[in-house]
Amino acid sequence: MRTRAPGGHRLVTATSAGRRTSRDLERYAGLFAKRTQVMRSSAMRDLMALTERSDIISLAGGLPDTSSFPAESFASIMSRVAVDSCARSLQYGPTEGLAVLKSCIADVMAEEGTQIDAEDVLVTTGGQQVIDLVCKTLIDPGDVIIAEAPTYPGAVPTFCSYEAEVIQIAGDEDGMRIDELERTLAELAEQGRSPKFIYTVPTFQNPSGTTMSLPRRRRLVEVIRERELLALEDNPYGLLRYEGDPLPTLYSLDGGDFVIYLGTFSKILSPGVRLGWSVGPRPVLDKMNVGKQAADLCSSSLTQFFVAAYFASGRWQDYVHSLKEIYRRRRDVMLDALAECFGPECTWTHPQGGLFIWATLPDYIDTTDLLARALDQHVAFVPGRAAYLDGRGANSMRLNFSGVGEADIREGVRRIGEVVREQIELYGTLTGTVPAVTPAHEPAPAQPDAALADVLHLPAPAPSPTLPTRRRRPGASEG
Amino acid sequence: MLKGGRSLERQISLKSGVRVQDALERLGHEVIAIDVGHDLVARLREASPDVAFVALHGRDGEDGTVQELLEAVGIPYTGSGVSACIRCADKVIAKHHMLDAGIPTPDFFAFNETAFKELGAADALPAIEQRLGFPLVVKPSNQGSALGIKLAREAKDVPGALVAAFSYGDKVLLERHVDGRDLAVSVLDRDGGGEPLVLPVVEAIPHEDDRYEARYEIGRTDFVCPAELSAEVADRARELALHVWNVLGCAGFARIDLMLDEHSGELLVLEANAIPGLTATSLLPQAAEAAGIGFDELIGRVVELAL
Repeated sequence: MRTRAPGGHRLVTATSAGRRTSRDLERYAGLFAKRTQVMRSSAMRDLMALTERSDIISLAGGLPDTSSFPAESFASIMSRVAVDSCARSLQYGPTEGLAVLKSCIADVMAEEGTQIDAEDVLVTTGGQQVIDLVCKTLIDPGDVIIAEAPTYPGAVPTFCSYEAEVIQIAGDEDGMRIDELERTLAELAEQGRSPKFIYTVPTFQNPSGTTMSLPRRRRLVEVIRERELLALEDNPYGLLRYEGDPLPTLYSLDGGDFVIYLGTFSKILSPGVRLGWSVGPRPVLDKMNVGKQAADLCSSSLTQFFVAAYFASGRWQDYVHSLKEIYRRRRDVMLDALAECFGPECTWTHPQGGLFIWATLPDYIDTTDLLARALDQHVAFVPGRAAYLDGRGANSMRLNFSGVGEADIREGVRRIGEVVREQIELYGTLTGTVPAVTPAHEPAPAQPDAALADVLHLPAPAPSPTLPTRRRRPGASEG
Repeated sequence: MLKGGRSLERQISLKSGVRVQDALERLGHEVIAIDVGHDLVARLREASPDVAFVALHGRDGEDGTVQELLEAVGIPYTGSGVSACIRCADKVIAKHHMLDAGIPTPDFFAFNETAFKELGAADALPAIEQRLGFPLVVKPSNQGSALGIKLAREAKDVPGALVAAFSYGDKVLLERHVDGRDLAVSVLDRDGGGEPLVLPVVEAIPHEDDRYEARYEIGRTDFVCPAELSAEVADRARELALHVWNVLGCAGFARIDLMLDEHSGELLVLEANAIPGLTATSLLPQAAEAAGIGFDELIGRVVELAL
């Protein structure tokens, strides 16, 4: 038997101390900075929170599969850290990061054919912090950032919180359209404006999965060098290539004069270590370092030593290789499932690497609403709107294949395909392109409900001067 | 204290729940918070509470489902009973009750998916559009928040808007769009019976067009309470709200949403919410406060009424 509070359910009068009222909240609201007006929490965010339910097959995440990391390796690495660097791993470190980690970072970049001096690395708390620090360093309210359309959804709140004006440049299977970029730059120049930086995920882009072709990479670098513009190259997935030949990074094509490079351990080791990095023009990096000092003094020493010890064990390439095997199979399963379950009205990208496929549905389907129906079927995706700041993307969705097993990918895509097909059929019925049909299996309801009964009282299709009013129950009062 | 659940308004319910729990604890109650799920009945039986505070919104929590379970388990609960919840949660049923009682509500038509798929209801769309005029509002019948509500500006927008609305449920309504001011009147039962207390009118003035987005956030909607209305209009709004409350059979508390048509000056009732939001920016707590009833007192009163 539970004990109850003294007095049981009898109510006591609240004292004024400890009372919170909506007026207090208005008081807080008056203190909020202007930029919080554009820091959006939204209905979509509430919907996305539902995708984390355990009974949902979520193709909405962007999570790497950390389950294949051997627990014994984890334990032995941690033991090594404890023996070799106990005190230092528990201590603050330099803001720009530990030298031992910087040399690991140089190794990772060399693996992609990009040579850097380990001295030039700024270690950050995840790749996300690089986006934040670049904005902090470069963006005044109203400044222009050019991004891809669609762009990485996680960059959107960062751009918004610095009150940037974001212009999104459409892409195709070869990545950002550089001709469109040049047109936009020319238009801006006519207004006497210039973007502070161009944000791109050139390789296996999040969310579209597409990769910028070599000619476009070269042209982009030419454009920014000619105009002396900065580009932020966000490259979390470059090493996760499942087919095709690797392409040079923008940073290596540019030589580090105008490209700020963003790297991360999140997708090749663990997002839990919260470690990313940046290399770029020294003056920019120095300012970013000052910004980082203000933000967090330094990134976690513990996880920096963890990653350094892991690299010292010499097996990081093997682990990346094993991840690639897992993800390549999952990508293939998803592509097969899409071909099977999504109709000819739909298109989707065929990424050569990375974690995402971008599917586009007929333009009358809004994937934010579709998500509500998909959640009923216990499956989730990211609605395309999340990747745009201008309302575009309503009929697209991002599908993740790295974070769920093959069976769930198959079943998840099947369920999404089903709700999409239902909506396509319904639209066809509504527009008369598909005749209304009587399904053989569904029995008609025994009695039409109140709403259905309205069908019987509709005005005639030919408009008459006085349209009929709704029938009322006899005796219903007026007014 | 029942919160969360699986409805699309889960997040708002969790926010309401936190505030209600704090208030109940300050009032000296022992509170067992339950995030409503598969084990609801088992947990209710185990907890065996004196009363269940239902801080759920949307499907299951506000449509009579959870209330029916509480009846079955024999636990008193806050707010309206099963039948009023059913009437409020389905906008179409609520509007028909209002029509029958002569309460003004924007002109509308409602259909389920079968009407379109099997009875050729699409052929009736031109006549409906002519009667309601453009822009017209398309919305799911059973969705408590503004999810799925679309404004169709011309005939070609209507099919897509219907497809979107059907994403949320089996029944949708097409409704005349009312241009005007967004008002809400909350009603609270009195201890010991008698005429319920009709709280001052709140006006919500969103900073942006999108009412839903703005309403749930601090600083993005201005709330004016009492709303700046002539005494005549304010009285009429409160009178209408009470009429709706009685017609739908509400109990405990409820919030009735109205529009003041800026062209005709007419007041029209949009819907009734059997479990109004209780978040920091929700309208019922603000209205209560304007009437001198603090949040704790409000929650205390709602609990007392259920016992």
